[in-house]
Amino acid sequence: MPHHGVLTMKESKKIKLDEHIVEFVCDAGEGAQKAAVSFAKVSAKMGNSLWTVEIIPSEIQPPPHTMGSTSGNRIRLSSKTVTNGGNLTNVVVAFNEMNLLSRIKGKMLADDVVVIIDNKWANDPDETIRKQYREILDELKAKGADIYEVPIEEKTMTLIDNPQRGKNMVALGMLGYLYTRDMDILADEIRSIFKKKSKEIQDNNVALLTLGYELAKETINFQYVIESTPFKVPMVAMNGNEAVALGAVAAGFEHCSMYPITPATSATHALSEYFGRMGGIVHQAEDEIAAIGVALGSYYAGRTTLTITSGPGMALKTEFLGLTVMTETPLVVVNVQRGGPSTGLPTKIEQGDLLSSLFSTPGDAPKVIMAPTDIEECYHVMITARKIAEEFRMLVIVLTDANLATGTQLYPRPKLSTESFPPPMDMSPIPVGTKPYDWDEETGLSRRIIPGQPGGMCRTTSLNHSPEGKVNHDPDMNQKAHRMRSRKLMTLQKSLKKPEVYGDKEGDLLVVSWGSLKGPIDEAVDNLRKEGKKVGAISLQFLSPFPPGLKEIFSKYKKVMVVELNYSDDWDDPMVNEDTRRYSQLSMLLRSHTLVDVDCFTRVYGRPLMPMEIYDALSKRLAQK
Amino acid sequence: MEALQLEEYIEEQCELKTYTLEDYEGDVPRWCKGCGDFGILSSVQKLLRDDQVAPESVVAVSGIGCSSRFPHYLNTYGFHGIHGRAMTIATGVKLGRPDLKVLVTMGDGDCFSIGGGHWLHSMRYNTDLTVIVMDNEIYALTKNQVSPTTHCGTSTNTTPHGAVLKEMNVLSVMLGITNTSFLAQTASWTPGHLDKTIKAAWNHKGTSFVRVLQKCPIFSPQAFGQDGKVKAPFTFLRDENGIPVDKVFEKMAPVIDHNCKDLDAAKKIAMMEETSSPLGLLYHNPSIPTYEESLHATADKITPEEKVVRLNEELDKYTI
Ligand SMILES: Cc1ncc(C[n+]2csc(CCOP(=O)(O)OP(=O)(O)O)c2C)c(N)n1
Ligand code: SF4
Ligand SMILES: [Mg+2]
Repeated sequence: MPHHGVLTMKESKKIKLDEHIVEFVCDAGEGAQKAAVSFAKVSAKMGNSLWTVEIIPSEIQPPPHTMGSTSGNRIRLSSKTVTNGGNLTNVVVAFNEMNLLSRIKGKMLADDVVVIIDNKWANDPDETIRKQYREILDELKAKGADIYEVPIEEKTMTLIDNPQRGKNMVALGMLGYLYTRDMDILADEIRSIFKKKSKEIQDNNVALLTLGYELAKETINFQYVIESTPFKVPMVAMNGNEAVALGAVAAGFEHCSMYPITPATSATHALSEYFGRMGGIVHQAEDEIAAIGVALGSYYAGRTTLTITSGPGMALKTEFLGLTVMTETPLVVVNVQRGGPSTGLPTKIEQGDLLSSLFSTPGDAPKVIMAPTDIEECYHVMITARKIAEEFRMLVIVLTDANLATGTQLYPRPKLSTESFPPPMDMSPIPVGTKPYDWDEETGLSRRIIPGQPGGMCRTTSLNHSPEGKVNHDPDMNQKAHRMRSRKLMTLQKSLKKPEVYGDKEGDLLVVSWGSLKGPIDEAVDNLRKEGKKVGAISLQFLSPFPPGLKEIFSKYKKVMVVELNYSDDWDDPMVNEDTRRYSQLSMLLRSHTLVDVDCFTRVYGRPLMPMEIYDALSKRLAQK
Repeated sequence: MEALQLEEYIEEQCELKTYTLEDYEGDVPRWCKGCGDFGILSSVQKLLRDDQVAPESVVAVSGIGCSSRFPHYLNTYGFHGIHGRAMTIATGVKLGRPDLKVLVTMGDGDCFSIGGGHWLHSMRYNTDLTVIVMDNEIYALTKNQVSPTTHCGTSTNTTPHGAVLKEMNVLSVMLGITNTSFLAQTASWTPGHLDKTIKAAWNHKGTSFVRVLQKCPIFSPQAFGQDGKVKAPFTFLRDENGIPVDKVFEKMAPVIDHNCKDLDAAKKIAMMEETSSPLGLLYHNPSIPTYEESLHATADKITPEEKVVRLNEELDKYTI
């Protein structure tokens, strides 16, 4: 039995840290999520930056006390800005050993992880449980873990009868102690969670919190201190799907036509909420083909509309993507990427849809592809995407991913104004003789005509057409129409800025990436540069068209390597040679774009790469010839 | 457009005021001689002229097929989409712009086969659309393949020894769908009946579905006769709330009484399709709410300034 109720009241040792990663896991329904969110909120209020990832069971009602039942949160806390989930977990609070095991199997825990676990399983009547509890803890201890077996449930029952309804608060109190959180702010936060409940319930929960704090104080003789200075500007915390949805409203989108698919759906849930209060509509179509068909019809008719989906849904939309390009109808499609091919890994991240987004349609279909690198950008990208779609009469595909969709980041609260909304629908008469595709030879741009505009009656067709919008099979006209649609991409390209290099502007290795890998790559680059390595990184927000100056930037480095999350053959795989090696998606594009021998390092683990994994890969590449 | 031009334009429009048939004529139709689609086009043009509908207030949406060339020949706004998906585009147009009148034209393959899923669900949405299916019981544009409505035994390029499946009774299907609010059948070779049916459909609020039995002298003469004579048997529906049956029709085919407000009766009539196609209004229920009404009812109109206020309230919820 652990020795709680110790008499000695020694001062705890304070350990100063720049950052830490803490997990709180339990069986689904035991309240870890709620407690962890409160912990994160209080940390943010105190002035820590953070990145939170939800740990979600794969089934709706998994059997309890199994690996599959693990639910909770993983929180990276820092005194500096955080743009990703970071490395291995430093502290884990678990209510049972199977929750812990699922995190060990997921290879998420540092060897010297601090474990706080409910010790009730040590004396469970079931021998198998007693045995597996001991084995799992022994294994962790052997690797170097610092384990605290604590009577969480037992203690909870000194205050309430049903421990399921309160042990999360006890655990939260323990974390409050461990991370020297301001217990007044924490208590206020708890009261606000239960603000609709009675004073008695609020008091009980605060008492549980205090109990946890005292319990930790008796058990653990150190505390972490992560420096925090309250933020000077108001900050918001949300996940990437919420950011996409809020950004969409701020961009002036009024309609969303969708079909449910993980991990995109929650963005449309959020939109349904916002539109309910802001005058838009969400149409749940009969399938993804209909979803984009309705969105296209609506945008064609002048209503700002988007569709949101993920890989398999994107595949179904293919023919409509081509129609959008052919008819030069503005449209924004958000693809929250998950693991593929086919149903793949529905809840997990992959950056596997870059080439299919670019090339899935039959024929040449120039389109814009953008990828936000963090959650803050998920918000702002929507405004830019809408503007480009309308100004260029183009299809804009926004590629986010499951990591952004479910992670929570803290970022400065966006400033709102009516300027991000589109101008009112143009209903002015159209001068006689105006052509619906009056392409400007230099830019490919033409004025968009909206149904209802007097005098503008014209046909919009999926067939090749002349500037008058008439079906046309002439060789020269087909050549011209293709050139004009392509020209728009060139026009946009010329307005883009040269990407900014992070780290060394020249040197031994340049890392190129897109999307949510920017954060961990920049951290890896920081660490390599601290060792004196000459390394730089660029992240591409535009994947189509590419920004200018890539070849010139590449020429300043001895080696160029893409790091991304889709499959490619490892160069050091003995089975792989120059003839057989399959490159990753972005590296394929960059090789053909720049004629530079761009290498790649990729993994499809279904999770983001950690800064330390990228650090290892880059070190290895630097050491090679 | 400059403000000055706008004034001139309005003056010009006020002078013209009345629309003639020519105002609704688009490109010269390129259908084959004797194609039933011509009659459907002129029926729509007459309707628009009779009702003096502003050409800019109409959007004609279609899929792909001979029939789907329709929007090119009508001088309104037109969207010639992709095979099978016309209903989705049309639904989007109407949800986005309830102020526009939306007409959908499709072929039988377009609507009942590749577009089957959208067809069924669109009937249930009951968006305010006038839907015309030009049913020649064949895939014509792709040159003579079997369609869901091709009669069993018919020889086509993909069924040279005769179609093995019994034809789909599309009328019964639609009367089995929740929210079907307007279902009529007419034929391209009964112009008077065609005009009146399309007009009734146009005036209905909700999805008004008109199946037009359409002559294709090139690929389905067996159904409708190469000589122009109609071989398939049909029966007119007489109903004071339905499509008037002129004296001339009485000489063409039998006439039976029907009540288009009675769903059970309509279902029985739909079963006649297997022996003698019923021509007339099978079912009409004007009281079913339209999808756009239901959706927009919950979405209040607010100014951009008010939207910024409400959006800020949303952001408050995420603010630390
Ligand atoms: C996705 C796709 N599949 C197939 C086709 C080829 N296709 C064009 S029209 C058509 C069928 C036309 O038949 P129907 O819809 O009955 O129209 P009709 O020509 O008889 O008026 C087909 C299969 C296509 N355009 N797109
Ligand atoms: S092939 Fe048949 S349906 Fe097509 S245009 Fe000719 S007659 Fe009409
Ligand atoms: Mg046909």
